[in-house]
Amino acid sequence: MKKSDFVVRFAGEGGQGVVTSAEGLAQAATQTGYHAQTFATFPSQIMGGPTWTQTRISTSPVLSSGDHLDVLVCFNEAAYETHHGEVGDDGVIVYNSGDFELDDDKHSFGMNFDELAKSTGNARAANMVVIGALAHLVGMRQEIFDEFVTKRFTRGRPNDEEIIRSNLEAMRLGRAEAEVSGFSVGELASPEPPDYEQILVNGNTAVCLGAMHAGMNFYAGYPISPATQILIWMERNAPAPGKFVYQVSSEIESITALLGGGFAGKKAMTATAGPGFSLMSEGLGLAWMAEIPLVVVNVQRGGPATGLPTKTEQSDLFGSMYPAHGDVKLPLIAPGTVEECFYAAVHAFNWAERYQGPVVVLSEHALSERNQNIPKPNVDEIPVENRLTYSGDNGYQRYESGEVSPMPIPGGPGGYVANGSEHDGMGDTTHLGSRHVQMTERRWSKIKLLEDGDFEAENTDSVVAVVPWGGSKGPAREAYERLVASGEDIGWYYTMFLNPLPPEMLAELRRKDLVLVPELNYQGQFSSILRSYGVKAESITQYTGLPFKVGDLVDRISAASKPSGPREQGVTA
Amino acid sequence: MSAKNPEYDFKWCPGCGDFGVRRAIEAAVQQRNVATGQAMSNTVVIAGIGCSGNMVHLLEGEQPFGFHGIHGRSLPIDMGVKMARPELNVMAVAGDGDFLSIGMEHIAPQAGRNLNICAVVMDNGVYGLTKGQSSPTSEQGMVTSSTPFGKLEEQVHPLSLYLTLGVSYVASGLSSKVKDVTRMIVEGMEHPGFSIVHIQSPCTTYNDTYELLKGSVKKGIEPMAWAVPEDHDPGNLDAARALVQGTGVPLGLIYRDTSREPFESRIDEMVTRAKAKSTRELIDALSI
Repeated sequence: MKKSDFVVRFAGEGGQGVVTSAEGLAQAATQTGYHAQTFATFPSQIMGGPTWTQTRISTSPVLSSGDHLDVLVCFNEAAYETHHGEVGDDGVIVYNSGDFELDDDKHSFGMNFDELAKSTGNARAANMVVIGALAHLVGMRQEIFDEFVTKRFTRGRPNDEEIIRSNLEAMRLGRAEAEVSGFSVGELASPEPPDYEQILVNGNTAVCLGAMHAGMNFYAGYPISPATQILIWMERNAPAPGKFVYQVSSEIESITALLGGGFAGKKAMTATAGPGFSLMSEGLGLAWMAEIPLVVVNVQRGGPATGLPTKTEQSDLFGSMYPAHGDVKLPLIAPGTVEECFYAAVHAFNWAERYQGPVVVLSEHALSERNQNIPKPNVDEIPVENRLTYSGDNGYQRYESGEVSPMPIPGGPGGYVANGSEHDGMGDTTHLGSRHVQMTERRWSKIKLLEDGDFEAENTDSVVAVVPWGGSKGPAREAYERLVASGEDIGWYYTMFLNPLPPEMLAELRRKDLVLVPELNYQGQFSSILRSYGVKAESITQYTGLPFKVGDLVDRISAASKPSGPREQGVTA
Repeated sequence: MSAKNPEYDFKWCPGCGDFGVRRAIEAAVQQRNVATGQAMSNTVVIAGIGCSGNMVHLLEGEQPFGFHGIHGRSLPIDMGVKMARPELNVMAVAGDGDFLSIGMEHIAPQAGRNLNICAVVMDNGVYGLTKGQSSPTSEQGMVTSSTPFGKLEEQVHPLSLYLTLGVSYVASGLSSKVKDVTRMIVEGMEHPGFSIVHIQSPCTTYNDTYELLKGSVKKGIEPMAWAVPEDHDPGNLDAARALVQGTGVPLGLIYRDTSREPFESRIDEMVTRAKAKSTRELIDALSI
């Protein structure tokens, strides 16, 4: 029987082509109608260090990066030592015999990646040698890859032809080595190309594109893993007349520049990670208090402090929702897939403009670097909102009403003081208790405008529900589908709108006997928030710096959802 | 119009130097509006936190837009407003604690960018609003509520610091000399780049330096403040440095360099080299 998906891991040193191999495989596969998802993890250093990437290719949309490896490609011996235990029983290990030799020939074969590449006259084609071998191992037609190479290297340069020739030759050599080895992991079923247009994109770029569609015209940022790529993308692609894009001197400058830009009428955004987000606390409180629209993207990594800069975790939910002192709870959208990264950015701007305040997009490392094929967003059909602006006379009481009110823009009428101190209608500082009551209630009342988030709900009659958030959606979904297929009575709820939660979803969750929340943190942050709303929620936690494995989730959800069974859980209420 | 707002209960102490600075700011903005034909709504005054921060509420007459932000961060908020709308006249008002202690980190980058705003710094050598702690410009050895055994740190010399950091317009004033300060602020607003008007603005409650600055014939006190000589060339950086390295406080225009491009021009130039693409084009480039 033909197989419906394959998981390939590339492991070695940074700079050996580990990342380009995985992305190349994903590009080639998606161009011929397969679905693909990559996962990357690498050390926080410029050169070298142990790096691995994984590509999962499938005939249907990919939900997780895959538990077991069909093929492990080892660029060096350390990679073999670290990863060979994750190769499935029928899996194959391809190793770089130019670097080391293995005695085991039951599951592995060696080829000299670099020598084979050099023999083509192109020493940089080692990753193509590897892809050629893979093409044979997983039974993918060679034409797929020939077409990919030709397309990729046709760049209108004088040496295009030579580069294409050497890369094709490198793939042929790798394929020949794999054929001689006699190994195969089966044949991938023919692709079923989607009947819609697609793009291949990673989470960080999807956020950028969403922001651009939403009309972002002010970006200030500071480099920090894993959000740096957003700054780089913006610097390269966003500058245009009337748009300000700049690398500033700290995250404090980022958030305060956004405050100025948002106050002056711009749609302003920054992207950062935990440490930078912490520095923005005071500014975020000011944005809430002075009612200034802006969007902050927090691409989570392992924390606290410097933590695990290049690993994934979902431990910034509390910190992002409650970043500042005082009565503040920020609207927050946490995308769960690469596709949702795009829509989260659009929604975040729409929310910020609508309620006139700060909105957090809570992404995470696993999404940020993940390349995936997604339906191409149809920009003609995705609504974009703009804030109410004031066009009356001077003397306007900008903060007086009990609800959102038109915002004056400097240069226009309605001069006021945007004030971080408690203030009266015109923004002048006041310490009257009655004003603090009025303004506190005004600020909180605006959150009701954001209760339009949609959500997914399946098997809603079940008294037990799985409710993941953020990037744990994919593995949780795959686990849920397996559990349902095996006859478990279990429900599914999901939303990326974590604050405010869609009220109807919250109402349904309150009626459940048990809500299980897979999440990558120690405290069980989302289940804790759900419990504060009266939901009987418990977390299934993991804090290894890596995403959930589907198999683990299947076991843990299954155990936890049986009333009499042992509840394996990482948190107590 | 906050001075007449009954709810607004903040008051500067009698004799506070900030009253003079307020009159100078009001006069300077009005003069500028007359000269340029611009409306008051084209001016934005951004404050940090401290006695000086209340400036945004105490300006009399027709009101500019104001921003009463967070301690130390007036400059990057200025940057946000100015780069969002370069046509606006953007000012910062700050005290020595706000600008030179918590806010110090923001001076250098704005100087490097030559952000086209005017910062008015009110220096009283003390934290007034929190009732008299030592500030960066307090003298070494000064006894305050937070330095009961005398301030251990050496004093920051702001004018010298601004020149070192590359601020392209530096003027020094005294709050009681309102006309001079007005002229400096007008020039600072006209200056195509980052201007700082640093004003000695004594705190009559915690650090009353009027007598020291102006001197007293009766008490035999030589004035600390002295006028910048008429033959000083403000275009000469070495001369400016020499001026601020002497003793006392020079009053007048210290330094002015109009040859450096303001930040908005640098951005405009960069944008001409960037090839702006539509969102649709950017998405299509990723098509499978």
